[in-house]
Amino acid sequence: MDGFPILSLMLLVPLVAGVACLFADAKLARNLALAATLVDFALGILLWASFDIGGAQWQFVERAPLFAGFQWALGIDGIALMLIMLSVFLMPICILASASIEKRVGEYMAAFLLMEVLMIGVFAAQDLFLFYIFFEAGLIPMYLIIGIWGGQDRIYASYKFFLYTLLGSVLMLIAMLWMVNEAATTDIPTLMAYDFDPRAQTWLWLAFFASFAVKMPMWPVHTWLPDAHVQAPTAGSVILAGVLLKMGGYGFIRFSLPMFPEASAQFAWLVFALSMIAVVVTSLIALVQHDMKKLIAYSSVAHMAIVTVGLFAFNVQGLEGLMIVMLSHGLVSGALFLCVGVIYDRLHTREIDRYGGLSINMPYYALFFLLFTMASIGLPGTSGFVGEFLSLAGIYQVSSWVALVCTTGIILGAAYMLYLYRRVAFGDQKNADAAAMPDISAREWLMLAPIAAAVLWMGVYPESFLAPMRKDIAALDARVARAAPLGDARLKLSEPTKNAGHAQDEHAAHGEAH
Amino acid sequence: MIQAIVFAPLLAALIAGLGNRMIGNTAAKAVTTAGLFLSCALSWPIFIGFVTGSAEAGVTPVLQWVQSGTLSFDWALRVDALTAVMLVVITTVSALVHLYSWGYMEEDLDQPRFFAYLSLFTFAMLMLVTADNLVQMFFGWEGVGLASYLLIGFWFKKPSACAAAIKAFVVNRVGDLGFMLGIFGTWLVFQTTSIPEILAAAPAMKGASTIGFLGARVDTMTVLCILLFIGAMGKSAQLGLHTWLPDAMEGPTPVSALIHAATMVTAGVFMVCRLSPMFEAAPVALAFVTVIGALTCFFAATVGTCQWDIKRVIAYSTCSQLGYMFFAAGVGAYGAAMFHLFTHAFFKALLFLGAGSVIHAMHHEQDMRYYGDLRRHIPITFWVMTAGTLAITGVGVIGVFGFAGFYSKDAILEAAFGSGTELGTLAFMLGSFAALLTSFYSWRLVFLTFFGKPRWAGSEHIQHAVHDEHHHADDAHGHGHADHGDGTAGYHPHESPWSMLVPILVLSVGAVFAGFVFNDTFINRESFWNGAIFYNEHLIHAMHHVPLWVKLTPGMVMLIGLFIAWNNYIRNPALPAAFVNNFRQLHAFVYNKWYFDELYNFLFVRPAFWLGRQFWKIGDIGIIDRFGPNGAAWVVARGSGYAQKVQSGYLYSYALIMLLGLVAAISWVMVK
Repeated sequence: MDGFPILSLMLLVPLVAGVACLFADAKLARNLALAATLVDFALGILLWASFDIGGAQWQFVERAPLFAGFQWALGIDGIALMLIMLSVFLMPICILASASIEKRVGEYMAAFLLMEVLMIGVFAAQDLFLFYIFFEAGLIPMYLIIGIWGGQDRIYASYKFFLYTLLGSVLMLIAMLWMVNEAATTDIPTLMAYDFDPRAQTWLWLAFFASFAVKMPMWPVHTWLPDAHVQAPTAGSVILAGVLLKMGGYGFIRFSLPMFPEASAQFAWLVFALSMIAVVVTSLIALVQHDMKKLIAYSSVAHMAIVTVGLFAFNVQGLEGLMIVMLSHGLVSGALFLCVGVIYDRLHTREIDRYGGLSINMPYYALFFLLFTMASIGLPGTSGFVGEFLSLAGIYQVSSWVALVCTTGIILGAAYMLYLYRRVAFGDQKNADAAAMPDISAREWLMLAPIAAAVLWMGVYPESFLAPMRKDIAALDARVARAAPLGDARLKLSEPTKNAGHAQDEHAAHGEAH
Repeated sequence: MIQAIVFAPLLAALIAGLGNRMIGNTAAKAVTTAGLFLSCALSWPIFIGFVTGSAEAGVTPVLQWVQSGTLSFDWALRVDALTAVMLVVITTVSALVHLYSWGYMEEDLDQPRFFAYLSLFTFAMLMLVTADNLVQMFFGWEGVGLASYLLIGFWFKKPSACAAAIKAFVVNRVGDLGFMLGIFGTWLVFQTTSIPEILAAAPAMKGASTIGFLGARVDTMTVLCILLFIGAMGKSAQLGLHTWLPDAMEGPTPVSALIHAATMVTAGVFMVCRLSPMFEAAPVALAFVTVIGALTCFFAATVGTCQWDIKRVIAYSTCSQLGYMFFAAGVGAYGAAMFHLFTHAFFKALLFLGAGSVIHAMHHEQDMRYYGDLRRHIPITFWVMTAGTLAITGVGVIGVFGFAGFYSKDAILEAAFGSGTELGTLAFMLGSFAALLTSFYSWRLVFLTFFGKPRWAGSEHIQHAVHDEHHHADDAHGHGHADHGDGTAGYHPHESPWSMLVPILVLSVGAVFAGFVFNDTFINRESFWNGAIFYNEHLIHAMHHVPLWVKLTPGMVMLIGLFIAWNNYIRNPALPAAFVNNFRQLHAFVYNKWYFDELYNFLFVRPAFWLGRQFWKIGDIGIIDRFGPNGAAWVVARGSGYAQKVQSGYLYSYALIMLLGLVAAISWVMVK
């Protein structure tokens, strides 16, 4: 594979197809989009197969200077590889899920294909400004998808989405300009090894945090997510939950941690506090939702909080755990939105109480829904467990308080998801129209079965996914080791004394009280 | 071979579950039942191998699972004496329950799903008991939880069944929180999740170290064991986390027998025994186990005395018997705990399946107030239920012969007394009193169900049945409605089909002989356990030398309980009502299960929903949205409103602004 620009090709294929879609009729646009995403998926498999585990950190590197120091620089490590795989895996499924779109199909497909270009671009970019362009441009197609093909309140939702995400971006751009000026390079791998002055790190970290926290989303800047999800069409929700939310986590793991380790340690208490609040508060909010999509959206916020605590645990388990949580959540919440879409297409309502007893007339649907529900609440044997378990094991080493509060998520998560499942799939059939819905079609099987297989694969043999990332995570762990906090749970063979990790713990608990 | 035992049920579950209507009822039932009988047939030789001393403990690796830094765990199947005991218990009861369900679920419309769930449960339970590391144990732990959830909610059209299913899962998750933190802590301390490695290192840690937990520094082994035990409390329905078990009776009766009596609920006991060397290094945790076990044993027995639902009586009885097992483990008699687990599996499964046979005969009526006089109508069920009752109440003569519970329960009480500690004595006293109550409620069940006069006429279920029957009879013969003054309402209970009776009869063999045959093996033979559990030889010695009155106590209290039950329900059936009238408050307290459900509802369930609404309406919408995006939008809208006014389009106003700007600029330059 040496020298062959496979990453550029993966960007080019959907781009060309997307442009073509603008000029195609509805049927052709659908086929074109499906073909292009499948080609990209095939290229993704090729990418994964030819990725040299344990080889160079950055592989498939492409460099082409463009103008004024700005360069076309692509390349991936194991972390980026996995996220690219997630994106290209979900895209054909999204196209399949868009069968009910009838308005402006060509433009719709074009928007999705452009979205794919930008998503892959974010994970593959090696140049700071290139990354910024991909990262921010991702807003535009999603804004259009929600604003044009969304539900009733789509305009409000799309503006809210735009407003929130734009706010952080401006701060991040300023920070990037400062960094380039300071380090005299836009090359991301170089920047990752550059030691910024710890005082400057504080400001840079906060600027990046503003952007990534919104994308994540972390409490309290999460309120755009429920609205965006509720209004977005099914496939839009899948991409939003599946990939766009992962950009925040990717940003933290690619920029905040390696570039500003000291600041990361300094602000860990803030992240822990917000995450602990998120786990408890958003889980409780999810419990009282009447709208299926809103419920799942709030559950996403709670799950992403497990990602952020894993990030700032400063150890291998936390980092690997959060990556698996991100991959797993991408699959599972995507699948849950698809499950909502399946019945939304039949009944055109997301109101939970309009359904009931679907196990009777849609048994296979109920089975898939059950599997994804269980994966969402982290049942061992599914992908959700592996990620959650590792992340929480990681955080336990730092603070048992944070671990305790975040682990309550497994109780609350079970409560709201099973309550949802009970109202949708169990109970007696209350409404004749819901009772008359047919079971999933062949097309819907094609959407749900691959995700189900991936969820179980990741749950039973996660090594396939951990192995490519292992070396990169070890490198990152080594990079941040100098700032790693002392855990409060450490074993002591002598008489009890107070230790340093304890103070941090109090900060976290204190922060939560605010 | 162990792979076949564990994975045959999984394979069968997948075939039956995914094939479902495609392969049809009979195929699905045959596949799952055959899979279980295969597992069972392969398990007994392993167990007998350990009993005769010819088998060796070993581990069969299956697949790598997770490796993250120093945290790694794999899929593997471990077999030793402790696992072997569980293997025969699980596969035997499960195979019999599969067979029983052919008859019991005959009329159900969804049979493949039911059998698939049963087999899936068995697989998860087998993964739990063959676990070589804590995480695989947790896998099985959650897997059985899932199967339990699905089976409790099997009749998902009933709101009560759905509620019970969710309750079971969520309450168990509270325990799992402890289990998970316990695993994290254990890994942090020992840097491994492998059970043998942890157990090898544990004794050296006794009192030698402290660990930080929630800001305090506490003894390492104490905190780890208590956290793990919280997991056990959830799964084994111990006091505080027991509320899900009685509600779980919403599931079909075969499920209650398999999951909520014989196997899953004993997982906690199994865990404590499996980790016994670890618990031995934490005396405080063991004291905690003893207290919780003894209290549960007492609490559940009191509640069991005044329930009317036949299944709930047995459910509380299960809860109480689990308490015995825990305090046995707490005082260090792990062999006795496992022995009681073993015998209990047979007689409690028997009692549940027998109750199922009664319910089947009485057209789904479960309220014992509408039973009576059934011994003449369903004699086989009556005799096996009697055998089960003799076993649970522990009938026997020292040195001659006894039913299963006679050996195991006596061993536990003697061990508690023999341990010589104050807590042990307390556990002995509570346990003995609970034994009295056990005898009372067990015989009460038998007397209410099988003796006295028929009281069937009051039951709606029976009335429906009779009505339907008459309807058919009217069509056929044309004779009118007969008046039955004998309380039978004209109903004729029928004995269950052989597919149900054979499993019960097989189990009754276990209930009668399991104690007599295996007493020596479980209690006295260290070579049988061979390191699989912590074997306290000193305690075994002490329990054989307890005073005579201690040895006689269980028998005495059993007789007293029997006498009270006989006196109240046969000799003078008006007595219970008079008693209730005299002690109204006490009765209400016990009848309402000590108000645990009401308390939890008040403390946790309603506040959770209330808080959720507040965080949503006030937090997210009222504050964050209002001052965040909506606020920003408001500011922009207001601002642009002003800007709009400025852009009036009149030349003179623009000229004025230009002039003012020019003046300002010039002054700035001049001042500078």
